[in-house]
Amino acid sequence: MKVDASNPLWRFRGITSTAMFFFAYLYLPIVVLIALSFNENRLATIWTGFTMDWYVTALSNDDMLRAAQNSIVIAVSATVLATIAATLAAMGMSRGRFKGESGVSAMLVLPLLVPEIVTAIATLLFFVALGIKLGLLTVIIAHTVFCIPFAYLPIRARLEGMDPALVEAANDLYANEWKAFRRVTLPLLWPGILSGAMLSFIISLDDFVISYFVGGAGATTLPIYIFGMIRIGITPEVNAVSAMMLIVSILFVSISFLIDRIRY
Amino acid sequence: MSEVVISAKSVGKTFGSGVDKVTALDDVSVDIFQNEFFTMLGPSGCGKTTLLRLIGGFEQATSGQILLEGKALNDLPPYKRPINTVFQSYALFPHLTVRQNITFGLEMQGIARKQADDRAEEMLELVRLAQYGDRVPSQLSGGQQQRIALARALAPAPKVLLLDEPLSALDLKLRKEMQVELKRLQTETGITFVFVTHDQEEALAMSDRIAVMKSGEILQVGAPREIYEAPTHRFVADFIGDSNFLVGNLVDDGAGKHAIKLGGGQVIELTQEVSGQRSGEVTVSVRPERLGLVAESKANANHLVGTVSTVIYFGTDTTYQIDLGNDALLTVRMQNGSGAKADFAQGERVGITMSPDSIRVLAD
Ligand SMILES: Nc1ncnc2c1ncn2[C@@H]1O[C@H](COP(=O)(O)OP(=O)(O)OP(=O)(O)O)[C@@H](O)[C@H]1O
Ligand SMILES: [Mg+2]
Repeated sequence: MKVDASNPLWRFRGITSTAMFFFAYLYLPIVVLIALSFNENRLATIWTGFTMDWYVTALSNDDMLRAAQNSIVIAVSATVLATIAATLAAMGMSRGRFKGESGVSAMLVLPLLVPEIVTAIATLLFFVALGIKLGLLTVIIAHTVFCIPFAYLPIRARLEGMDPALVEAANDLYANEWKAFRRVTLPLLWPGILSGAMLSFIISLDDFVISYFVGGAGATTLPIYIFGMIRIGITPEVNAVSAMMLIVSILFVSISFLIDRIRY
Repeated sequence: MSEVVISAKSVGKTFGSGVDKVTALDDVSVDIFQNEFFTMLGPSGCGKTTLLRLIGGFEQATSGQILLEGKALNDLPPYKRPINTVFQSYALFPHLTVRQNITFGLEMQGIARKQADDRAEEMLELVRLAQYGDRVPSQLSGGQQQRIALARALAPAPKVLLLDEPLSALDLKLRKEMQVELKRLQTETGITFVFVTHDQEEALAMSDRIAVMKSGEILQVGAPREIYEAPTHRFVADFIGDSNFLVGNLVDDGAGKHAIKLGGGQVIELTQEVSGQRSGEVTVSVRPERLGLVAESKANANHLVGTVSTVIYFGTDTTYQIDLGNDALLTVRMQNGSGAKADFAQGERVGITMSPDSIRVLAD
């Protein structure tokens, strides 16, 4: 049902000002952060003039670049692994009803609800118990796990919207299981897969808590590096790095959203 | 009609187990011949789709088997059966053009691109959509999608074409058009069509033979005329067209002739041969339009006699309800303007004429 804005029953006093307060609360700090990243003054909180210097400084900081590279390696690996696992899981779940289906379904998305700190500690203990050395690999494994539900949901939604008769039609027209998957299921699923992958990438890129716990010394990611910088003091350089991360995030989320809207 | 193409032998199919167990098909045996337009007709849930899916290979029989040209299909997957399907939802591939949809099956069979494209053009001509090859399915109307689904399924020249209620999504006018179209395609291609519907008119109009199904069983198989005029079961007589049912006692005159004695003592002669094992109470059916009325004064000993209880005028014909007494009611439909005086008033006593061969003794 579409609500008619001119219908007085749907109008509440002060709804506009409340909404404006709400949006200001959400976005004002971010706007301030971006603005201050162009601030000439070393003291991040006092505005003296416009400059791009902090971006130059940030982009020529080797430690920062190394952290960014770690983040990207981790995010790409975790995304690929999580997306493959999520695609297979979604395909399996769409194969028709089975015993305990809702249980499995819940387990697949449960990581979304478990407090991150709990997952982080549990994962750390797990790696320690197995005697696996902490580093990039452990972060990739941990990220893969929490990325799976994010990749899974859009793929599952795609599959659910797909007429099961399409695969049967492909089988009927002499395509075996693999050919039917490659020629029919996959092309129809790819927007979901891509959208899920983009989400996974961003979730992995932005993660702090789990990376912090299971990363060890050699696997400093960008968020961890930024955290380290803040402890020394908030400089416009921190703001610049944060602003760049924000741009990347917004870009990916927007693309993911646009892809998800593709309909045949 | 010669060779058997599809043969179902005591096919049974159950879904689920325990309390959820559903018997969708129960010991179904039927032969479908080459070049035939064969229709499975029955109410919702009687197992039509299930039987079709078993033939297509999308479902495995729980018992019995299905043969194609004498060879058991068993667990042969759909992609190894020379049988194609027109799905109820059409199931056109939305990411492919109309032409790519039609060549899909040919390509999967390893037919060269050029040949496949030529065949696609041929098929587009056949379904009269020659200009539409480059469109995608979402740019077609329901009726056009239907034709493309047909073209796609016919392109690989299957031995059998399965159609599951392919016309149910179309509006009435288009449906009538497609009925003619389907019949034409079947005659032109010479492919055996196995068609599923719950629309009796559609079944009568299009089929060479009809199998009437009820709760997982085939009750009667026969040509439309046979099904209509000589139903074997009350369900068949009731499901297809209108029917009168009368209950009476079967009497044998000793010389192989039978008659039905109604509760009120009136007797109906039969010409139908009745198995010697039948006796006692039976139900007979007769179509309303196979009955006629005469004034009581003209009635002879062979006519039933009753009282007109209602008269409904329909323009082309008039329907009379005749009370035979003892709760036995008969509906008589007489054509208007056919010359015969068909003008009887409510409460009038009338004689009912019937040809003995229109009276059918039912199996249950
Ligand atoms: N996959 C399934 N799982 C469980 N029960 C099923 C399944 N498919 C069919 N059935 C049951 O089997 C019976 C026959 O179903 P079927 O689909 O063959 O009926 P139908 O004659 O095609 O009906 P309709 O005219 O409504 O399409 C029904 O009782 C149905 O509920
Ligand atoms: Mg059905």
